[in-house]
Amino acid sequence: MSSPQNPMPQAAPAWQGTAASPHAGYTSPIPVVRTHLGHALVSEWTKIRSVRSTVWTLGVFVLLVLGIGLLTGVVVSSSSSEMSSADNPLTLGFFGLLLGSICLITLGVLTTASEYGTGMIRTTMTACPSRGRVLAAKALVFFLVAFTTTLVSSVLVAFAQTAMLGGSGVRQPSGAEWLKGTVGVSLYLALLGLLSLVVGSILRHSAGAITIMIGVVLAPLVIALFMFTQSLEKVRTALIDYSIPNQLSVFYSNSLTHSGPSGWDPLWIVLAVTALAFAGAWALLRQRDV
Amino acid sequence: MIEAVGLTKRYGDKTAVYNLSFQVRPGAVTGFLGPNGSGKSTTMRMILGLDNPTAGSVTIGGHPYRRLPNAPRQVGALLDAKAVHGGRSARNHLLSLAQLSGIPVRRVDEVLGVVGLQDVAKKRSKGFSLGMGQRLGIAAALLGDPRVLLFDEPVNGLDPEGILWVRNLMKSLAAEGRTVFVSSHLMSEMALTADHLIVIGRGQLLADMSIRDFISANSADFARVRTPDGEREGREKLSSALTEAGGHVLPEPDGALRVTGLPLPRISDIAHDGGVRLWELSPHQASLEEAYMRMTQSAVDYRSTTDQKAGLMQPLPPGAEPPVPVPGQGQPGWYAPPPPRHGQPSAPPQGQPGAAPAGPYAGAPAPAAAPHPYGAPGAGAPNPYAQSAAPPQAPPVPAADPTKPEDAR
Repeated sequence: MSSPQNPMPQAAPAWQGTAASPHAGYTSPIPVVRTHLGHALVSEWTKIRSVRSTVWTLGVFVLLVLGIGLLTGVVVSSSSSEMSSADNPLTLGFFGLLLGSICLITLGVLTTASEYGTGMIRTTMTACPSRGRVLAAKALVFFLVAFTTTLVSSVLVAFAQTAMLGGSGVRQPSGAEWLKGTVGVSLYLALLGLLSLVVGSILRHSAGAITIMIGVVLAPLVIALFMFTQSLEKVRTALIDYSIPNQLSVFYSNSLTHSGPSGWDPLWIVLAVTALAFAGAWALLRQRDV
Repeated sequence: MIEAVGLTKRYGDKTAVYNLSFQVRPGAVTGFLGPNGSGKSTTMRMILGLDNPTAGSVTIGGHPYRRLPNAPRQVGALLDAKAVHGGRSARNHLLSLAQLSGIPVRRVDEVLGVVGLQDVAKKRSKGFSLGMGQRLGIAAALLGDPRVLLFDEPVNGLDPEGILWVRNLMKSLAAEGRTVFVSSHLMSEMALTADHLIVIGRGQLLADMSIRDFISANSADFARVRTPDGEREGREKLSSALTEAGGHVLPEPDGALRVTGLPLPRISDIAHDGGVRLWELSPHQASLEEAYMRMTQSAVDYRSTTDQKAGLMQPLPPGAEPPVPVPGQGQPGWYAPPPPRHGQPSAPPQGQPGAAPAGPYAGAPAPAAAPHPYGAPGAGAPNPYAQSAAPPQAPPVPAADPTKPEDAR
């Protein structure tokens, strides 16, 4: 070691001399509480509601879902021939939600990645060295916010559309269809947003994570579009079947194809993928340098 | 109390911190000094568990940071002023931190008052100046009323009033029995604030001692002797007479002589005996800043050079003089060598400058490392001050002294 030879022997006696100083340390009068996930949840709720990006992304989301939903409702009801009486009228909410999913992806990514972009993450991780707890709290708070917003807007649109089409001979959706068309899609989209949040935590870069997630939504369909050859037929079908827009349409029993996921399958798929990604992000977060 | 043992951090093949061991004790302000890029911030991050050390360990009160129960109530840290989400208001930023560690909300308004940000509490921190950002960071550090505080460059961007405030804050926090660990690259600031110093360079420990010991071990008491300008013989005569009498003479860039190892009256006597007139004979103490710079000189990673503008100059018209370089441009490659007693760290601090050599060290031979003024005339590039002052008798100083690195450590 090439540290100075001289100061070291000198430091030792100085240290021993002061170690016996009267300062026994400082004790704060503020009571110390044992922290748990609840504290992190409240903190993350404060964080997510106190930045403008939340208001903007969710505002645009609601606007897209309601606006496009009502617009399609108006168009379809004025020309009722486009919709047969066998179709599920809730299907009309699909387009708004598909576009709106981009907003949820953005908000999900920003919830984690923006902390890395601004340096806030160092403050957060200093204040809560249990890094997994922070990620769990972020995930939970975001999921609840995204789910609630999607549920409220999809229910509103569904009511509006069934009311608009009620006079034009379209059948009323069944209870199961109602459940899938509101709670089902809301769970699906909130999980898609949660996946984005986790990807944001893994990549730690907002623009990169948003790009990847939009790619995940759009790329399979676009790639499938260029697979003309017979030999790739199976791949093509699988890509279309499991593309996110198609999975979303399964909730309206309105799939583009007749193979692939059906019923509640899309929800289990996105749940499994998100859980895997979450485990990866958790492990990375624990061992990486902030 | 913070304790680091053999702390090492490598990023790829670059070693940021190497085998660093130190203790930071409660009840005192400990300064953490080093040039830019010497590993101060990396060390701070390792203390806070943000970065995992490659080797070694660091504990706070006996626990690694990430295993401390409710860490923010025991340790508060200001890492960098901009470690906040700019879109969030100051109050909401602190509120989220308070909620995270179970601190009563009332405390948020308290610390906002302590740092003087109560009027801009509702403003988004994006619009904050650097000084306001520092205050917000200090507020976050104080939020948990912790017994250990870490501040990384807390006075950056603060106005003089703010600097004074931070200085007093550090001292009062330490006086309450807390452990205060402050990093800085400003020796002058630390000299006023710190009780104890830890100096690192290139990630390695250079010094760990109390500020008083640092001063006495590193600052040279010397006498400045100036002979009348233009009387070169007188100066050389005096210089050799002083050396004969056991003094250590070092020419300064402006033509004065820096004499160590002889008391002032003795210098006067020698000059009188030699018939040399003196324009100046004054006691001096080399500044702490200089001692620090000398110590870290070999560990400076980022060194500026003179702006040459090579190849960009218009050819000079015939007869025109080339412009004289402005002194101070580029980093001086020269600091006075350490005092002769450098090898005797147990020497007691000397009260009277100039009276230093009384005692066993009187007339101590100059360390071999010290460049002799007349040893290498004309060698190396002249230092920038010599160029500007350009007195014909200014002795050139060897710029690349091979013995300097050992010396500076």
